[in-house]
Amino acid sequence: MKWKTIKEHIIYSLLRLSGLFIVCTLAILLFYILSGGIGKISWEFLTNFPTNGMMSGGIFPMILGTLSLMTLTMLIALPLGIFSAIYLVEYAKPGRFTNAIRLAVHNLAGVPSIVYGLVGLGLFVVFLGLGLSLVSAALTLAIMVLPIIIASSQEALRAVPQNIREGALALGSTKWETTCHHVLPYALPGMLTGSILALSRAAGETAPIIMTGAAFYMTHLPSSIFDEFMALPYSIYTLATQSSNAEATRPTVFGAILVLLLIVLCMNLVAIIVRNYYRRKYRW
Amino acid sequence: MSEDIEIETRNLSLWYGDKQALKNIDMKIPEEKVTAIIGPSGCGKSTLIRCFNRMNDIIEICRVKGNILIDGKDIYDKTMDVVELRKNVGMVFQKPNPFPKSIYENIAYATRIHGIKNKKKLNEIVEKCLKQAFLWDEVKDRLDGSARSLSGGQQQRLCIARALAIEPKIILMDEPCSALDPIATAKIEELIRYLSEKYTVVIVTHNMQQAARVSDYTAYMYIGEVIEFGKTKQIFENPSEENTENYITGRFG
Repeated sequence: MKWKTIKEHIIYSLLRLSGLFIVCTLAILLFYILSGGIGKISWEFLTNFPTNGMMSGGIFPMILGTLSLMTLTMLIALPLGIFSAIYLVEYAKPGRFTNAIRLAVHNLAGVPSIVYGLVGLGLFVVFLGLGLSLVSAALTLAIMVLPIIIASSQEALRAVPQNIREGALALGSTKWETTCHHVLPYALPGMLTGSILALSRAAGETAPIIMTGAAFYMTHLPSSIFDEFMALPYSIYTLATQSSNAEATRPTVFGAILVLLLIVLCMNLVAIIVRNYYRRKYRW
Repeated sequence: MSEDIEIETRNLSLWYGDKQALKNIDMKIPEEKVTAIIGPSGCGKSTLIRCFNRMNDIIEICRVKGNILIDGKDIYDKTMDVVELRKNVGMVFQKPNPFPKSIYENIAYATRIHGIKNKKKLNEIVEKCLKQAFLWDEVKDRLDGSARSLSGGQQQRLCIARALAIEPKIILMDEPCSALDPIATAKIEELIRYLSEKYTVVIVTHNMQQAARVSDYTAYMYIGEVIEFGKTKQIFENPSEENTENYITGRFG
C-alpha cells in the first residue's frame, strides 16, 4: 500500500475514534447513573420529604426547589435577554455605547459561575437585602445565563433575512411593528432553543446557588420566593460529600442525579420540539 | 414634457460614507407613466429608486443632500412622516420577499397596519389586489396556503399585490424580474403596463429590452449621474449622448 493511502486510513481511524469516545463517555455515564439510581425512583421518592438525615424518604423539596428556581430564572432572564438582543441587533447604532454592551456580553459569558455566586451574595443577598432566598438565587442565575441568551437571540435575529425587514418597512410599518410582527416571531424559535439550552445548563449549577439561597436541609417547603430552598444539585453535592454514612445515602444520591438529568433532558426536549414546530411553520 | 410631474429630484446627491453614489441628479418623473432607470451595475440605479421611499434611511452611513419632491412635498423635509410616505410610495424588491405567512395574510397585513380591521373589507381588498396583480385565479382556492409555497413569479406578483393593498400612488420596482424565468417575466411586464393606467411606476432594470418594452420614459445612469432622460423611444432610437449610445448598443455594460 502507498504511504499516502496508509496516512488516509490513520487519519480516518483517528477521527472515528474521537467520535466513538464521546459516545462511550455518554454511555458509561448513563449506565453508571441508571444502574445506581433507577431502583430508587418511585412515586414515594418523588413526592415525599427526606427523612432520617436524608438517608431515606424522598426528594420532593429539592425537585420543587429546582423547578421553581428555573421558572423564576427564566421569567427574569428571558425578557431581559430577548429585549437586549433586539436592541443590539435592530436598534443600536454603531458607536461606543453599543461596543461597550457587546464587549460586556462577551466577557460576562466567560466569567466562572462561582464569581456570579459571589456577586449574587454581595449584590442581591446583602446589598439589596433580598437575603438568602429563591429570588436572590434566581437573579444570580439569570445574570449568569443572560450573556448566552443574548448571544443566541442575536444569532436568531440576524438569521432573519434583511429583505423581510425591508418588505415590512416598505409597506409603511414602523420599526417596532416590523420587529414585533415579523422579525421577532420568525426569530423566536431560535431564541427559545438557545435560551432553554442555557437554562438547562443553569439548572445543574451548584456554586452560585450555595451562596445565594440554597439550603443544606429544610423541614418545610419555601413559603415564598423570599424564603430559602433546597435544590437538587446542592443536595447531590452535600449527600455525596458530607454524609456521615456514605453507603446509606448513595442510592438517594443516584436517584437525585437521575431526576436532575431527566429535568434537564425534558427542557432540551422542549427546545427541540419548539424549534421543529416553528421551523415547519416559517419556512424560508 | 407635457405630463404632470409626480416625482421631482433637485440637485440630489447621496454618499455612503465617503463614497459618493449619486451626483447632482435633476429629474422629473411623470405621473401615471412607466419610467425605467437603466445603466451598468453599480451606477446608482437602485440607490436612486430607494431614495423615493427613503428606504436608504435604514443604512447608517448613508447621507443625502438636495431635494425630492413628491406631489410638491419635500420628502426629506424634517416634518415628513416616513410611514405616511411609504404608504404613498409602494416598493417591490429584486428578490421576492413575501412574509412566511399565508397568501391572504400577506396582503391583509399591509392593509391592517394602516387601520383597516373589518374582516369583510379585508376580504374585498385581498381579492381586489390579487386580481389587479393577475394572481387571483391561480391562488383563490388556497388563500390560506403558505406564500412561500408559490413559484418565484407568483411570489413576486404577490409582493406587487401586497404593495397595491396600501393604495399607493407610486410603485417602485427594483429589478423585479431579475430572479425570474422568461415566462414569469412576461407576466410581470404585462402587469406593469396595466398598472401604469392608474399608478406611476418607476422600474430599475438591468435588461435593456425590458426597459424598451415596458417603459414610456427612460433614464440612463452612469457612475452616479443621470446621463440622459427622455421618452423611451428617443433614448433607444436616437440618443443624444455618446455614452448612452455605447451602452444601448452593447458596446459595454
